[in-house]
Order: sequence, then C-alpha cells, then structure tokens
Amino acid sequence: MKKSSVSVRTDLRTDDVVVGVVEATRERRQFLKRSLGAAGAVAAVAAAPVRAADPIGKDFPGWSTTPGTPMRSYGQPSKFEEKVLRTVTPSYGPISPGTGTSRTPLQTLNGTITPNGLHFERHHNGVPEIDPAQHKLLIHGMVKKPLVFTVANLLRYPMVSRTCFVECAGNSSANTLPKPAQANCAAIHGLLSGSEWTGVSLSLLLDEAGVEPGAKWFLAEGADSAAMSRSVLLEKAYDDAIIALYQNGERIRPEQGYPLRLLVPGYQGNMNVKWLRRLELAAAPMHTKDETSKYSLLLRDGTARQFDFQLGVKSLITQPSGTLNVPGKGLHEISGLAWSGAGRIVKVEVSSDGGANWREAVLQGPVLSKALTRFRLPWEWSGAPAMLQSRATDEKGHVQPTRAAWSAIYSLANRYHNNMIQTWAVAADGSVSNVYL
Amino acid sequence: MFISKRLAVSAVAMLLLGACTTQSTLQQSSVPGPALGRVASADEVKAWSISIPPSGVGLPAGSGSVQQGLAVYTAKCVACHGEKGAGKPADAIAGGKGTLASADAVRTVGSYWPYATTLFDYVRRSMPVNAPMSLSNDEVYAVTAYMLNINAIVPAEAVMNAQTLPQVAMPNRAGFVDYSRK
Repeated sequence: MKKSSVSVRTDLRTDDVVVGVVEATRERRQFLKRSLGAAGAVAAVAAAPVRAADPIGKDFPGWSTTPGTPMRSYGQPSKFEEKVLRTVTPSYGPISPGTGTSRTPLQTLNGTITPNGLHFERHHNGVPEIDPAQHKLLIHGMVKKPLVFTVANLLRYPMVSRTCFVECAGNSSANTLPKPAQANCAAIHGLLSGSEWTGVSLSLLLDEAGVEPGAKWFLAEGADSAAMSRSVLLEKAYDDAIIALYQNGERIRPEQGYPLRLLVPGYQGNMNVKWLRRLELAAAPMHTKDETSKYSLLLRDGTARQFDFQLGVKSLITQPSGTLNVPGKGLHEISGLAWSGAGRIVKVEVSSDGGANWREAVLQGPVLSKALTRFRLPWEWSGAPAMLQSRATDEKGHVQPTRAAWSAIYSLANRYHNNMIQTWAVAADGSVSNVYL
Repeated sequence: MFISKRLAVSAVAMLLLGACTTQSTLQQSSVPGPALGRVASADEVKAWSISIPPSGVGLPAGSGSVQQGLAVYTAKCVACHGEKGAGKPADAIAGGKGTLASADAVRTVGSYWPYATTLFDYVRRSMPVNAPMSLSNDEVYAVTAYMLNINAIVPAEAVMNAQTLPQVAMPNRAGFVDYSRK
C-alpha cells in the first residue's frame, strides 16, 4: 500500500516536471512567434504541483524520521565506505612487519587531496611512537652554531603551506615486470598522495644556524629505528623545502612522520624524511644506503644515475582503471591525476585507441606546481573494446613517455621513476585490464 | 554625550596601546623568525653524528676480522639474509656480478654498492632489524669485513677498521653517475 502510494505520487511529480518543461518550451515558442501574451500564464497555472499527503513521514526513509546520532570528537567515514582502505603490502613478512608499503586507493577517491588516513605509507622498520615533548631536531655540520629545536619551539615559527604530491620513487614499479599485473590502481600506482603540508621554511632555520661557505648538501635523518637518511642539495632548502608539522590542517600523523618531517616538493618520496631528527650540512653527499643501493636509477647499459631527485611528468586514468568495470555503454567520465616534479601540468591528453588519436582533457583548477592535478573528459562508450591512455605535459615542456621510450633509457630491472604511459584495456563486457603497449 | 563618551574610551585605549608598543609590534614579513634554537653542546653533536661518508671521516675506533664477522653474521644476520648473503626473505648481500646490464639485474653489495663505508653506516644505524644500534663498533667492523669477503672484495684474513675500510675499492664504483647537477 505504502509502496504503491509512493509510486503514484512520484509518477505525478515526474509528469508534473515534464509538463512544466513542455509548457515552458511552448511559452518560449509563443514568445518568439509574437509578443508576450496570456498563454504563458495559463500554462503556469495548469502546471501547479501536487502536494504530499499528510502525514508525510511514511514516504521517507528511516533516517529522515528518527533523530540521528550525537556529535563526536573525531569524525569517521560512513560505514558504507568501510571498504575504501589502503592496500597493505609488507616487504619481508613476519621478520619485519613494519617494513613495506600501504597504498592509496586512487580508484575510489576523487579530487586532488588525499584523506590523511589514506595517504600512502612506506616504512623501513615500522612507525615509531615519538613523544613530541622529548623529540628534538639537531642542525649541525657546516654551520656557524649547531642548534637544537624542540617541537614546541618550532610551532612558534612563522609557517608556510605547500600543496603538493608525495610519490614514492618506486611507485608503478609493477609495470616494469615482464607481464602486466592484473590489479587495481592502488596496487600498481597507489604510492602517490596529495596533501597541503604546513610548517617552517627550512631556510629560516638554516639561516639561524648560519650556513658556512662551501656547504652544498644537507643530510636528513629520521628518528625511526631504520634511521633512514638522505642527502639533499642545499639549494632545495632555499627553494621550497619545509619542516612540515601539519598535514591537511591537522598535525602530521605518526605514519607520516609525527611530530615533523622534511618536505621537498617534487622530489623522490623517500627524501621527505619522516620523524626528522637531524640535518647535517656538508660539502659533499653522504652516499647513504638509500641513495646508493636504493633510489638510484639503473639504466639499460648497467650504469646508474645517482642523485636524480626530481620525479618526472606523469598521469594516470583512475576511473575507469584496473578491475573497475565500465558498467555499460553510454556516457562516462574519464578522470585521473597528473603531476610533475618540475612544476605545473599544462596539458593532459586522453586516447581511447591506444595512442593513435588524442583529445585534450579538461584540467580542474587550481593547477598548482608539483601538485596533483585532476583531469576529466566525457567519454561516450559504444561497447567496442578500447585502449585508454593519458599523456601529461608540464610547464617545462616535458612529455610523459611511452613504455617504449622509457625502456629505451632505463633498465627494466630499474624499479624507480616509472612515469611511462599506463594503458587500460576495456573489453566488450566492460572489464578493465592492465596491458602493455 | 554618547559620542563624546566613546571618544573618551578610545583615547584611553590609544594611551594604553601607546604604552605597550615596545612589547608588541607587527613586523615586516621578512623578519627571520623568533630565533628559538638552542646552541647544541659538543657532546650532544658528537653523540648523534653517526653518518659515515666515503672519506671515512667519523669512523670510530675498533676493528673486526672476516672470521669474527662470520660469527656475528651467523648469530644475527643469516636468518634474514641467508647463507653467505644469498638473500631471502630479506635482500641478497652477495652475488649478481655481471648482471647489471641485463633485464634481470641483481643489485647486491658486491655487484652494485659504490662504497664500503655505506655498509658500515647502514649496519650500525639500522641492523639487525629487530635490534637496531645494538652491535658494538667491533661487531659492525667484523660483519662488514665478512660481507665484503663473501663478495670476494677482501681476502679471508682482512681486518676492517677506520683506516682500512675507506680504502676498499668497490667493483661497481665507476658504475654510478652523479646526476645532481644535470
């Protein structure tokens, strides 16, 4: 009984809207034909809406007719989104459960800012629980006076924000494997996230310590049990590096480096050293394990590029993408992310035929330097098999390479800086798979 | 009457503000911060200066032989890095020589690492994974000697210390190209 009454009333409403549109159209026609007459007014009266019957509650779902839950001190996503999670991938299993990654579910997110709880993780020996009252940051080496900063002191410094991507240098390395992995966007490309980071300009702290002439590098070292350390060119400190204390407005989470991390926009994710405890200025790089045996780029000829920090121009269609089926023929929005360590994205092109023809996508503003940029393009899918690709260009003129162009430079055993064009094959049944072209 | 009262209040406020200007003023945006860094003591800096560059500057006193290193390796490393550094479940330490130009390149201490000092630095700060920073300097020197030996980089009678370690010539040293200025 209830159901049928809803059905009837909905039909009436729908007819009502349609009628209204018809009458309005007729009115415009008449207006064009002659001058404004009485016919339009008559039509408006005929289209008066049918009102709901009382009591109205029976026609609404339960959440509209009962009081909701109270306020809570820290919000959580809807329970209906409980499957939107990071993909956790330990590197070595039980011998070191805290070593490995968790990957951002890019295929189920939209916009350009990653929720803090879904920002990817890469740890080399777990997440330390650091008491901010005991943590300190030491700046020493080639400085006039070595300085120690407490977290409380750093919080008193003038702050700046950087909206930028952080991408692990090893992101998308699955696509260097001989056969394309049949996995979702998170598993293949999820070592990528976007945030607004806020903190203290590194140059401000270095100036306070007084940089000695001849200093060209600084070593950044974490306070975790891996004591991860990287050498960074000093000029980055005077460009845009910050000591980040906040992520998307709240204090950085433990897995992102609480209480503070180095942020070097556009550089290898690994260089954004978390749980930062020490900066040592020097004339030369330290050649740490993570800048020699790891995070160096193996080329086809067997030599390796060392200290190649900036991540290349890259884009990726996130919807549709691996394992996300296209639900049927008709109009869909192709959507994805583009970014470059060199600056702003100026163009993203999309192909549905494996790169034979390209159409420029719309970039969603604001387009920020070294930040995730969302692109969108309507796609009328006929139901025929398609090969979807995206290709980004940045403001320095760098164009995202094809798989063949990338492989002409880098060894396929190189697991870093993979910015080759991704191809998603859409089959006639709408299933999406990862393919190499 | 109302207006003049408000003016009087304003005048008092201005006087108060004037009296406070020495303590509270807005600054130009170029002012270099509150300068809250505390000068670190020499001991404080020394205790935390654990990084070892290729020059070997900062290497501690102590030493260790290949044979002593085998004992350390057997007790604390082999469970993760395998017999003679063969790897699994953790990274391989030995092997892979001559593979770097192939699609199946295997990067190990012997086939890839450019500096022996990095081995000392990394082991001392990060290993073993279940108890980082627990090895003595002698043990770190010893296990470094052992890992170099299983890669045929130093002989079985080698002893590593602050003098010998920076002199070790790693086979792939020339394989790295500095890209920092490109």
